Amino acid sequence: MIPFTYERPGSPAEAAAAAAKPGAKLIAGGTNLLDLMKLEIETPVHLVDVNGLALDTIEATGDGGLRIGALVSNTDLAADARVRRDYAVLSRALVSGASGQLRNKATTAGNLLQRTRCPYFYDTAQPCNKRSPGSGCSAIGGMTRQLAIIGASEACIATHPSDMAVALRVLDAEIETLSGEGTTRRIPMAEFHRLPGDTPEIETALNAGNLITAVILPRPVPGRHVYRKVRDRASYAFALVSVAAIIEDGGRGRVALGGVAHKPWRVEAAESELARGARATTARLLEGARPSRDNAFKITLVERTLDAILSDARGAQ
Amino acid sequence: MKFQTPAGHNPIDRMSVVGQPLDRIDGPLKTTGTAPYAYEQHDAAPDAAYGHVVGAGIAKGRIRRLDIKAAERAPGVLAVITADTAGPLEVGPHNTVPLLGGPEIRHYHQAVALVVAESFEAARAAAGRVRIEYEAHAGAYDLEAARTTATAPEANAQMGEPDTQVGDFLGAFADAPVRLDETYTTPDQSHMMMEPHASIARWDDGTLTLWTSTQMVEWCARGIAKTLRMDRSKVHVISPYIGGGFGGKLFLRADALLAALGARATGRPVKVALHRPLIANNSTHRPATIQRVRLGATRDGVITAIGHESWSGDQPGGGPETAVSQTRLLYAGANRLTAMRLAVLDLPEGNSMRAPGEAPGMMALEIAMDEMAEKLRLDPVEFRIRNDTQVDPENPERPFSARPLITCLQTGAAQFGWQRRDARPGRVKDGQWLVGLGMAAAFRNNLPMTSGARVRLDGDGRITVETDMTDIGTGSYTIIAQTAAEMMGVRMDQVEVRLGDSTYPVSAGSGGQFGANNATSGVYAACIGLREEVARRLGFNSQDADFADGQVRSGNRSAPLASAAARGEIVAEDRIEYGDLHKTHQQSTFGSHFVEVAVDGATGEVRVRRMLAVCAAGRILNPKSARSQVIGAMTMGVGAALMEHLKVDTRRGFFVNHDLASYEVPVHADIPHQEVIFLDETDPMSSPMKAKGVGELGICGVAAAVANAIYNATGVRVRDYPITLDTYLDRLPDVA
Ligand SMILES: Cc1cc2nc3c(=O)[nH]c(=O)nc-3n(C[C@H](O)[C@H](O)[C@H](O)COP(=O)(O)OP(=O)(O)OC[C@H]3O[C@@H](n4cnc5c(N)ncnc54)[C@H](O)[C@@H]3O)c2cc1C
Ligand code: SF4
Repeated sequence: MIPFTYERPGSPAEAAAAAAKPGAKLIAGGTNLLDLMKLEIETPVHLVDVNGLALDTIEATGDGGLRIGALVSNTDLAADARVRRDYAVLSRALVSGASGQLRNKATTAGNLLQRTRCPYFYDTAQPCNKRSPGSGCSAIGGMTRQLAIIGASEACIATHPSDMAVALRVLDAEIETLSGEGTTRRIPMAEFHRLPGDTPEIETALNAGNLITAVILPRPVPGRHVYRKVRDRASYAFALVSVAAIIEDGGRGRVALGGVAHKPWRVEAAESELARGARATTARLLEGARPSRDNAFKITLVERTLDAILSDARGAQ
Repeated sequence: MKFQTPAGHNPIDRMSVVGQPLDRIDGPLKTTGTAPYAYEQHDAAPDAAYGHVVGAGIAKGRIRRLDIKAAERAPGVLAVITADTAGPLEVGPHNTVPLLGGPEIRHYHQAVALVVAESFEAARAAAGRVRIEYEAHAGAYDLEAARTTATAPEANAQMGEPDTQVGDFLGAFADAPVRLDETYTTPDQSHMMMEPHASIARWDDGTLTLWTSTQMVEWCARGIAKTLRMDRSKVHVISPYIGGGFGGKLFLRADALLAALGARATGRPVKVALHRPLIANNSTHRPATIQRVRLGATRDGVITAIGHESWSGDQPGGGPETAVSQTRLLYAGANRLTAMRLAVLDLPEGNSMRAPGEAPGMMALEIAMDEMAEKLRLDPVEFRIRNDTQVDPENPERPFSARPLITCLQTGAAQFGWQRRDARPGRVKDGQWLVGLGMAAAFRNNLPMTSGARVRLDGDGRITVETDMTDIGTGSYTIIAQTAAEMMGVRMDQVEVRLGDSTYPVSAGSGGQFGANNATSGVYAACIGLREEVARRLGFNSQDADFADGQVRSGNRSAPLASAAARGEIVAEDRIEYGDLHKTHQQSTFGSHFVEVAVDGATGEVRVRRMLAVCAAGRILNPKSARSQVIGAMTMGVGAALMEHLKVDTRRGFFVNHDLASYEVPVHADIPHQEVIFLDETDPMSSPMKAKGVGELGICGVAAAVANAIYNATGVRVRDYPITLDTYLDRLPDVA
């Protein structure tokens, strides 16, 4: 960790202005950023602590949705009665992530911006385009079992590790941001995370210093809300693959995947296949997938997991 | 005391304290955070500076340029130690590779520098400023690829000969009406104990005091003395509390050496802990194996040919994983073959991890036994019973000292409800789950080791025990106190146990499940000496004096034990040494493992539902701490079965998943109902305690029992560990 200065601004505008300065970085729960700073993967010289900002409430929006403050903890969000009732896929995704202690600290904004778990990204002796642009990707041809099968590039095959983000994608959430100059934006989840392309170090549509102020959920989507996370141990592990789905009676619905790409993976066009079953849907969802020998199983796993979800939904009708 | 003839009746047989399920006496210190572990010896070294280790960023090659200037100039830095500045270093007796590398690099994350600074943060930040240019050389990192280059390792006392043969294995195997010939693989594994390797070093006038976390105090002391070319008597090693070791802390490692070098350079005490991401590649690991097992049997299930070959790799000068050792002893069979082959690999140094040899060996052999039972249409329990032997099958003139394997198998089967198992795989469903039962035998040798202790009696009738034995979380403090209390006839609260200090008599140390039996036998020997001196002072004949309730009695005369020391403390010291009972009699521990698993029919996720271990390990000195050892070992066996795997990047030559986020071990949610049954047994051949060990027996066979249960649940046989869902997903029955 390199030495840094620290401030705790009093308002979102001040925070966004402070964060726009070179070398500055926002810190919320710190559960991801501090680990990365200790390893010198992140090397901010100035930390802007957002914890004093009053962004920790969940409020109803005028059009029947919810506005989730950026600082609402993962624990509080998962436990919120409205979320559990109307957005159960989100609640289920959250509780499948990390551990109770971490979820107490982790915030909604921080969760969205957590960085990949590619093991080579964490080893500063190894080349990594995401960590040191232009140095090369040591994962390609190496240990790829956890890494992306679709949407990856020659520069990077990392996945985005968040469970929450997969649920937000299936819910068509929007991210509300505030820039250093004071402009606000609403970014749809579909556009929030990027594919790696030639610039895997750029992971989102945020500009430098953009403060996330809230996540907006549209009106609830009816149907059976499912989040199924498949992993190597029963708890406290990142997904091999995860499936967030909302299945209506008759088998229509929505589906998004975690653990397969650099962003939560959703292909709206594939959802018209849901009524035809898991095989057809998976074929469309993962069309163009280019897995490695070690992670090709993820395609089968997605299909089998989705199949179980669909047959459960049929059984429940 | 020389233990040469089987133990007769002795004071331990009373079992009034020994054998009781007492709470561990160090428990309150540990649960309140007041037991000082190596890194927390704040009182001993209040002004310690902090060292941070820099590991090599390549697996094999040379350092071309090592630039420490920026690090030296960084705030708070006191010194930067490298091979250039460290002075001459030798390689310790148990080490294969120099602990401080440079210019030659022998493996990834081999230490190449230590940065010492006023604070931990300053040391770590400055460590990031060390600039190193390497010249990388090609190396061998892939065991499968190196397999053809493997050669027979040199024989030694621990593994015996690399090859053994009895009868005509090849002929008998070829002629056997039922045959199995399969190859199994086990991966590299990391100990991943909770407490990292950690040490504080302080120099006073050429004497080194080392507070460290070591399983074997004397090995550590000798290791550092040899490495620093100093006299052993100038080294004082202190290791009272150890947060787990599993074989990873058997001998000198980089933390201790670098702390000593840092302290010498700065004139200050220096503390060093290996940071977690460094441990997997910097320290030792359990080496991967490739194992071929061949079994030939008659149609009624009598093994006529049993062959087991194992390939593993290590650094030049290292040793093999002795994965065939149990196959030399576990089952009968007139024609036998075992062989170990060792390839040179440039991966980090391989060494012992909980039940070295048997743990991976049983992972293969006990799947093979399950497969063979199925070919024979025999119940796997029955197949093992049919091939029991009461003598060392390679040397039939050597009987086992005790061998209740059949009782372990039968007791386990009865208690677990084994008869309810459907032998046809894939038949039992529970909702989405495919349910299966599996079992395996458990086996691990008993190792007699010389072990010393000193006992003191003071005028208040209190007993103090001193030995350099360690408690790595196993319960050594408690069973040693129980032994002394039983021998001297005092209450537990009248015994103080002092461990882990190299000024105390040299003990067996903790490893190879030999700690409990040998260390308590050393205490027994010292207590016999103390009893004799007490009896002499009180005018009793020590032969017929009875020590109980703080009194010494003989006939109708009695005197308080304390009165013997009224005019001053009495001190007795002795050690247990072994004759050749372990040569005339094979001494081993036995058990059985039974496991129920459920496999998700869609995703292939495995959930272990129930586990049972039945253990026969001689006298159980404390059923509570012994049980805790066995359930810990069973848990580690589940890890070995389902997830533990250091993944080798065969291009770059290192273990990629080198932290606890990516090297997965079981979490609570993975561990189901676990039960342990100890057979009521004493082994008079093993020691005066009539005990053996349990801490490693508990892991041997577990992974195979899980694998066999997965087979029973799904019909999918996986022969490569760990059994992660990607290895069999495409072979699972179609989802409904
Ligand atoms: C051991 C472990 C296991 C885990 N397992 C899982 C898992 O299974 N599933 C899962 O989904 N996650 C998992 N996580 C990740 C965890 O969810 C994230 O660490 C957490 O959500 C990050 O939130 P935070 O508030 O602590 O973020 P921080 O660490 O504070 O920040 C993360 C990033 O977000 C930025 N940031 C924070 N707030 C704002 C804001 N308001 N506006 C703009 N930028 C901001 C920071 O600058 C930083 O770049 C795990 C983490 C750990 C340590
Ligand atoms: S996959 Fe991406 S994160 Fe991983 S090493 Fe390659 S560039 Fe870095």
